[in-house]
Amino acid sequence: MVMEYIPGIPILRPYIDLDNQGFWDAVKQHKLVFQKCKDCGLFVHRPRPMCPRCLSTAKEWVPSEGKGKVYCWVNFVYANAAYPGIKVPYPVVVVELTEGVRMISNVHGVSQEEIYIGMPVEVVYDDVADDLTLPKFKKQEV
Amino acid sequence: MNNISNKAAIVGIGFSGFSKDSGKTELHMICECIKAALDDAGLVPPDIDGIVKHSDDATDEHSVTSSRGMGNLTYFGENRWNGAPCAMVLRAAIGVTTAAANYVVIYRAVNEASKRRMRGSSRNMAQLDTGDLLQWTYHAPFGLVSEAGRVAMIVRRYMHEYSINSDQFGWVTTVCREHGAKNPDGIFYGKPITMKDYLESRIIVDPIRELDCHEETDGAIALIITTAEKAEKLKQKPVYIRGATQSQVAGTEERKGFYRPAISDLPEMKHMGERLFAMAGVNPRDIKVAQLDDSFAPLVPMQLEELGFCDRGEGTAFCDGGNRIRVGGELPLNTSGGCLGEGHIYGVNHVLEAVRQIRGTSSAQVSDADLVLVASGAGGSTSGLILGGSR
Repeated sequence: MVMEYIPGIPILRPYIDLDNQGFWDAVKQHKLVFQKCKDCGLFVHRPRPMCPRCLSTAKEWVPSEGKGKVYCWVNFVYANAAYPGIKVPYPVVVVELTEGVRMISNVHGVSQEEIYIGMPVEVVYDDVADDLTLPKFKKQEV
Repeated sequence: MNNISNKAAIVGIGFSGFSKDSGKTELHMICECIKAALDDAGLVPPDIDGIVKHSDDATDEHSVTSSRGMGNLTYFGENRWNGAPCAMVLRAAIGVTTAAANYVVIYRAVNEASKRRMRGSSRNMAQLDTGDLLQWTYHAPFGLVSEAGRVAMIVRRYMHEYSINSDQFGWVTTVCREHGAKNPDGIFYGKPITMKDYLESRIIVDPIRELDCHEETDGAIALIITTAEKAEKLKQKPVYIRGATQSQVAGTEERKGFYRPAISDLPEMKHMGERLFAMAGVNPRDIKVAQLDDSFAPLVPMQLEELGFCDRGEGTAFCDGGNRIRVGGELPLNTSGGCLGEGHIYGVNHVLEAVRQIRGTSSAQVSDADLVLVASGAGGSTSGLILGGSR
């Protein structure tokens, strides 16, 4: 199953600024990158102006393997507690990438009964609008 | 510790009836509440020279001041987010103990049930959530929008790590509704529930059920704070602020943090509790009653663990059967019913109930309730109080 965005209701869009533009520009080109500190090597997500470990502002966008595991998940069932622009039920997951960072996303191609903590996943790209691509995940092929 | 402990007190309380439709504006409700709080304290409007409000409140200090015939203000401001209730009391205490003001009113007024609905439309949801645009950026496009959804995420992980079945959270709601059923001012007066009701309630965001969620409410509350010395000359028994603190730690995100090493705990609450107990010079077993953040039931056992009332992973066992957390048990919780059983005044009703317990006027009174702990904002920016009947 794929997330079904309901036509006519605006998709909630990311707020893009100087600190996170690299992430969203890459996603638009179907690439997943994460901020990495040039001094201590720490991967950071969400992107931030300064490394939270060594306080360096020297950073670069490094390609991700795009692979990880489901760290946690929920399933939005009741429409009044969900986003009206997405058809319920829809699961939301926290994915822990091999680089050690986590991100919120959705899993395509599986039903909620099949999602479990620890499930291996890999990135796919969902072109939800002409000018907006979101990084989503699918079950990793073994 | 050199701090504000025992130097300020809550001296007046005023509250509307809580309902699903107040039939009044928020400003109308809060004017009545402030009048009631002044009468309760034995003060008159010009005595008030400070106001602390919630940043999400529809009213502002200007309209409140002019509507209430107050005098000149020397101290005003607001607190944000779910952790605001106890933080507003702290801010008021700072104001009076530094002589920035003499008598500070704090308030919250909401028509959440009848008018200003937080849920159900994209416009309202966007307004609600854009307080933290950067966090919004990584949540909202994927549909992680409601507080129920964010709480569900940390609760799932908590269940996973401690082998907890979601059915076990039902005791929290059952006991809160039991207490709320005795509270004539609450929206669930005379309406207790059973575990069967809980287990049959529908899933909202799996694993959160409908009866895990606070009930949308119309209502308002005002409290007046002054110095301990001034308090002792007023009408009511002073409710001393023994401890008061806010808490934020590395990795705190306003709408629940998902990026820090563990998401199954409430590190802000642990930090808050340690500081609060040190300020008040007491420990968890001295606390007679606690009013914890029950905006969602599963947050309650997690708070019991972080505050040191039980060991890690033992919170749901502590609540099991309800005997330890109902009136008569070792730590009665949310004796007004809280957000689950009295109404959702965003946790300001928990401060109100702590005052009633110390005054001995609760509808579910605990005997010798001379030390009461209040916690607000579990999982994000947090704040807490220890209130006492003596100093």
